Amino acid sequence: MKLKTLILAGVMSVASGAAWAACSFENTVPLKSLSAGFEAWKAVTDAMAECGNFSASLDQEFREKQPEAFAANPALYQIGGVSNATLVPLLNAGTIRPLDDLVAKYGQDLLPNQLIKVDGQTMAIAMMVNAQHLMYRSDILADLGIAEPKTYADVLAAAEKIKEAGVVEYPLGGTFKTGWNLGQEFVNMYLGEGGEFFAEGNMPAINNEQGVRALETLKAMTAYMDPEYLVSDSTYVQQQFQQGKIAMANLWASRAAAMNDEAESQVVGKVKMAAAPMGSAAPATTIWWDGMVLAKNMSDEEADAAFRVMMEGIDAEMVQANNDVAVWLNPAYTPGELAAGAAASAEAGAKPYPASGPMGIMHTALGNGLADYLTGAKDAQTTLADIEADYLTAAKEAGLVSN
Amino acid sequence: MNFRTFAAFVGPSVFMMLLFIAFPLVSVFKQSFYVTQPIYETVEVETCTPGFLTQTCVTEEKSIPKLDDDGEIITQTQFVGLESYRNVLEPERTWRAISEGSWSVLSTINFWKALRFTLTFTLITLPLVIGFGLAIAIVINNAAQAIRGPVIFVSLLPFIITPVIGALSINWLFRGDGILTAMLEWWLNRDIALFAQAWTIELLMMLYRVWHVAPFAAIVFYAGLQTVNQDSLESAVIDGASRWQRLKYIVIPHLMPLIIFVSMIHLMDAYRVFEEIVGFSSQGYVISLQWLTYDFLVPDQAGNRSISRASASAMLTMVGIVILLIAPLRRTWRDHKGGH
Repeated sequence: MKLKTLILAGVMSVASGAAWAACSFENTVPLKSLSAGFEAWKAVTDAMAECGNFSASLDQEFREKQPEAFAANPALYQIGGVSNATLVPLLNAGTIRPLDDLVAKYGQDLLPNQLIKVDGQTMAIAMMVNAQHLMYRSDILADLGIAEPKTYADVLAAAEKIKEAGVVEYPLGGTFKTGWNLGQEFVNMYLGEGGEFFAEGNMPAINNEQGVRALETLKAMTAYMDPEYLVSDSTYVQQQFQQGKIAMANLWASRAAAMNDEAESQVVGKVKMAAAPMGSAAPATTIWWDGMVLAKNMSDEEADAAFRVMMEGIDAEMVQANNDVAVWLNPAYTPGELAAGAAASAEAGAKPYPASGPMGIMHTALGNGLADYLTGAKDAQTTLADIEADYLTAAKEAGLVSN
Repeated sequence: MNFRTFAAFVGPSVFMMLLFIAFPLVSVFKQSFYVTQPIYETVEVETCTPGFLTQTCVTEEKSIPKLDDDGEIITQTQFVGLESYRNVLEPERTWRAISEGSWSVLSTINFWKALRFTLTFTLITLPLVIGFGLAIAIVINNAAQAIRGPVIFVSLLPFIITPVIGALSINWLFRGDGILTAMLEWWLNRDIALFAQAWTIELLMMLYRVWHVAPFAAIVFYAGLQTVNQDSLESAVIDGASRWQRLKYIVIPHLMPLIIFVSMIHLMDAYRVFEEIVGFSSQGYVISLQWLTYDFLVPDQAGNRSISRASASAMLTMVGIVILLIAPLRRTWRDHKGGH
């Protein structure tokens, strides 16, 4: 990954020297950006590089580097790629710049939807949304006469039928890898059950009926999954789909395009995108956004140029050229079938991921603690109580909960 | 050698050791007794995030760290005594588990879970590494001169591979649809999931470690074999000693100091087992002490990390290594005194 990043960065700086044909202005201020490295970021930073004098670092470890790099004066990167969760440390440290003046000057093409506002000030520009939603093999479900699953009870019933029919190796796939992925699965389920993570004063509040129900659903699903589910991440589930090994999974919208990638997939055109299955209160998923921020520690001139380059990166031209890569927030975006799942989930009332400092700790505690329940080492209540205890220890150490 | 020359030779490395080993150690030791945290204030914040057609805005109470005039987060550091050690060891829960005699509860508490695996891993791989190392060394030693070079090279290969890469390759080979699993499944005609329970993962990890480290032991022992007294071996042959007896009564006693040396190195290395956990992504089933420290240190997405608990856990790991090394060190010390 490091090597790939380096090569990419190299290629990009070469590209930036070559031509800025597709960019509406010629950038003369040297600019750098640091972001995650998935497909959408490649598309966006490529478009930004067309303006010249711009180099991008696409780095999977960006979240560890960003807070320090932005705290430096002058900042080591002018532009940062963030998601709703990774925005929190930057916001807390006050190292990013309010963008309202620049939005007024250059942001005529932005949708109001794209402005991430904190206390009335625009702190980030969102470019795309992402959510986990149901993907299923329409051919298999149609063959077996199963209607599109709407709730988790439907999903489990369908899984049982598929298992009996024995048409695929495992009826379900799931991003259940211990750590962040597994934590995210619980967050989805728990919000779907209408749960709240915190009580007054950042105290944990997950050891309740909703928490137990969320756990039980997760465990019921594992019976239909590859027994090695605790090591299966998004890429693994995507490959299981592509190789025709699974029939259903709650997977990220950003992975949808891979299902129809002729070079990799054996199931082109057979995977249908649907809304995330409902919990008892809401769709069991969370809406995430990815977008860009500008560092505070730079000159106004740099900020001006950085914002313009940023706008070039997420303009209509880029979106049209990469329509299926992500669910873009842009008027030029035509939501195709691949985006239907994310859109339907949002319409059904899916909640945004509740990113915050305490939530970061909770997510880690969940990710580390849930495996004990799924492997049968602990019962549901003990698991949740232990996760709460784990959270409390870490939150006290971080100063978020007073002793 | 006069003192000045001695000091000039040794000085730089002492300085480096102080700078890169001793001072960080002292700093970690100190940090394990202190907690540094930002001062938070609770404020109402309205946050707007994109929905599909409209924005979703929520107003909620959030804890925001206070910033000083320069825009830096204000932090406070306070002495907490053994609190961080207590948070790592969880004595109350541990005690409850022990008094109930419940092994399964004890083995879900992170530290003890990690300690259990780390010790099993270290103590089981140790004799295997020594045994295989010795066996490989003897094979090399008995190989014909012409092929000795290539044999040494091939047997050293596993040691040259970067640990994380090696662990990842084993992971991919034995993953649900890996080549070797597929072969085993075809051969045994049954479904095999090696990453679906703890014991198979542990077995693979130990297998990997022995495969990786045995060449190192072998090369050390091979060097030792060159200095075995040939006269004693010949007289043993004349006295009618079998191969096994020659190995047991002449070769192994001769190699003993090297065996102790290799054991010590291996104890230190194996107790810090980490690459295997990451390479096999086994956190759901098996964790090690070193991984626990790492996990405390890695910031979550909101940027929180537990430096104090990480320090405490690192100190405990060091104490563990020291305890393990006491036995071989005492032996070397005795031999050393006896020899002079």
